[in-house]
Amino acid sequence: MTASLLSLRDVTVSFETPNGVVQAVRGVDLDVAPGEMVGVVGESGSGKSVTFLGILGLLPNSARISGSATVEGTELIGATNKVMRSVRGKKIAMIFQDPLSSLNPVYRIGDQVAEMILAHQEMSGAAASDRAVELLDIVGIPQPKVRARQYPHEFSGGMRQRVMIAMAIANDPDVLIADEPTTALDVTVQAQILEVIQRIQQQMNKAVVMITHDLGVIARVADRVQVMYAGRVVERASVNDLFATPTHPYTAGLLNSLPRVGQQRLLPIPGRPPNMLQPPAGCAFRARCPQVAPICAAKLPELVAHGTAMTACVRHNEIDLSIVEGVPA
Amino acid sequence: MSSSNGGSGTVPVLEVTNLVKHFSVSGAKGLRKTRATVHAVSDVSFKVEASQTVGLVGESGSGKTTVGRSVLRLAEPTSGSVKFKGQEIVGMGRRELRGMRREMQIVFQDPQASLDPRLTVGSAIAEPLRIQRVPGKHSDRVAELLELVGLAPDHARRFPHEFSGGQRQRIGIARALALNPSLVVLDEPVSALDVSIQGAVVNLLDDLQDRLGLSYLFIAHDLSVVRHISDVMAVMYLGKLMEIGPSETIYTRPSHPYTQALLSAVPEPDPMTERTRQRILLQGDVPSPINPPSGCRFRTRCPIAKDLCAMEEPALIDRGDGHPVACHFPTKNLVEMVSAAR
Repeated sequence: MTASLLSLRDVTVSFETPNGVVQAVRGVDLDVAPGEMVGVVGESGSGKSVTFLGILGLLPNSARISGSATVEGTELIGATNKVMRSVRGKKIAMIFQDPLSSLNPVYRIGDQVAEMILAHQEMSGAAASDRAVELLDIVGIPQPKVRARQYPHEFSGGMRQRVMIAMAIANDPDVLIADEPTTALDVTVQAQILEVIQRIQQQMNKAVVMITHDLGVIARVADRVQVMYAGRVVERASVNDLFATPTHPYTAGLLNSLPRVGQQRLLPIPGRPPNMLQPPAGCAFRARCPQVAPICAAKLPELVAHGTAMTACVRHNEIDLSIVEGVPA
Repeated sequence: MSSSNGGSGTVPVLEVTNLVKHFSVSGAKGLRKTRATVHAVSDVSFKVEASQTVGLVGESGSGKTTVGRSVLRLAEPTSGSVKFKGQEIVGMGRRELRGMRREMQIVFQDPQASLDPRLTVGSAIAEPLRIQRVPGKHSDRVAELLELVGLAPDHARRFPHEFSGGQRQRIGIARALALNPSLVVLDEPVSALDVSIQGAVVNLLDDLQDRLGLSYLFIAHDLSVVRHISDVMAVMYLGKLMEIGPSETIYTRPSHPYTQALLSAVPEPDPMTERTRQRILLQGDVPSPINPPSGCRFRTRCPIAKDLCAMEEPALIDRGDGHPVACHFPTKNLVEMVSAAR
């Protein structure tokens, strides 16, 4: 692996709540190299979004964050506002799920993109406006000059998401964090947006972190994948290995819960994720795991190598994880 | 149409004929107020036979939810006919309709929003019993219903916030079943749930159908779940049915370009397939239902649209594919045609 642009080491995020401390993220590592798309997959509450909101300083004051997160060598955790402002948008940018709430309804689209440019670059307003039109063109918005003068309500959901992508790449950051960028969109529009993100990643050699709960999206665009459960990474593998030979029982359970053609009964994972106010000792998945043994309660499993993958299952050498046969429905 | 549903001589549980639903909306042009009509559902016909599941799929704005609501007259149809076990419910009086609603119930997408946070689960489930003035001890029926959906009878005393999303959806199902309906409209019942949880709710719906002989109208945008649960599948686009037929036929041999584009857009959880298969990438967005395109509604995004498509609206008829398709130029090979043209 080449030197990573974005590097996370033992990142933890917790929230103070009236009921106690919610341990949302409990030690996450990640490395993303230039031109690489890393998928981060997990279900609601697994900590996948919070990890990245946390390192970018976008969480409310009740959040406590520790560990290390560097972008091109600049440490983000504990950084001053000045440092954060110089990094956010310029070295690392985020694409959010809901473009409507991220755009200001009373400003023209072109002005909002231009504002993003002027926040980091010295140039005239006119030059920034021209650059904004160029960016809208890059993300595939037809008639960019006309569209730049319109307001967010005149854009469809897919077009708004393209605007968000244009704003994210406005200052040519090396790392893009896409947080469920297509979840609010219809499948035919999702296909378009994924294509735009992939094209930008490849043509501009960006490092992209794709956060999603959709294994189909992961299969389509990711090179490598981190699976998260209860605030921990439970498996890290290449996309092909992950789907063909998962090494963690949670990954296998997730893949097996997808409907297959001609399947009589679906195979959900029994139970539900743990309460992160009091995460269980040992492996957080053990209460739902079909392969559970007494050793699983002993200590928090660390990621260890299993073939070319990394897995956080202490029994990875003893268990046989089978994936249901059949074509996905 | 009847052929697609494998219709027998018996009266279907639900028969929707030429259903139309328009909404009047107000807008503004400068300072002047304007009126416009949203063509949410246009001329939709289909049947649901006893113990059958009909899946209604489409993207946002396709009108699938409006169809579901019109069937229960939660939205008043503009025209057309909705027959429940042979009885017309469009134009039916309030009192009579209330009686009918015992037999037709709905489960909503978001169990968080559809349960009153201040009502215990028990009183939420008993509410339909109270409204319909069902005699007998409601608490016994509630306990029975909770067990039916895989919860415990003592859950009746708790409040919705004490349950997970999957459990709340079970509560929504228990409430829908309280009056022993024969038809349940399921409006995106698992869309808000995590993948690992969805399967359990789908299995429950399967079991309940077998045990109680329920008929389902299953509305969803997730095609893989619809394929699993539905006998018949209807594909909607901008208020119109594009294609209807046995689920497996629609999946394996779709003839409408929209159905093929939709299936091709869904990302499959298999990296090998995803990276090798040819895909139809539809351009643009779904047009506004206020001003739907002339002729075929899909023509503005259809990769094989011709002049005829703008002039004449294609009827939903069997064009030699064994199931009704609303397309002038049905094909099985859109993917190949599109990639050859590139």
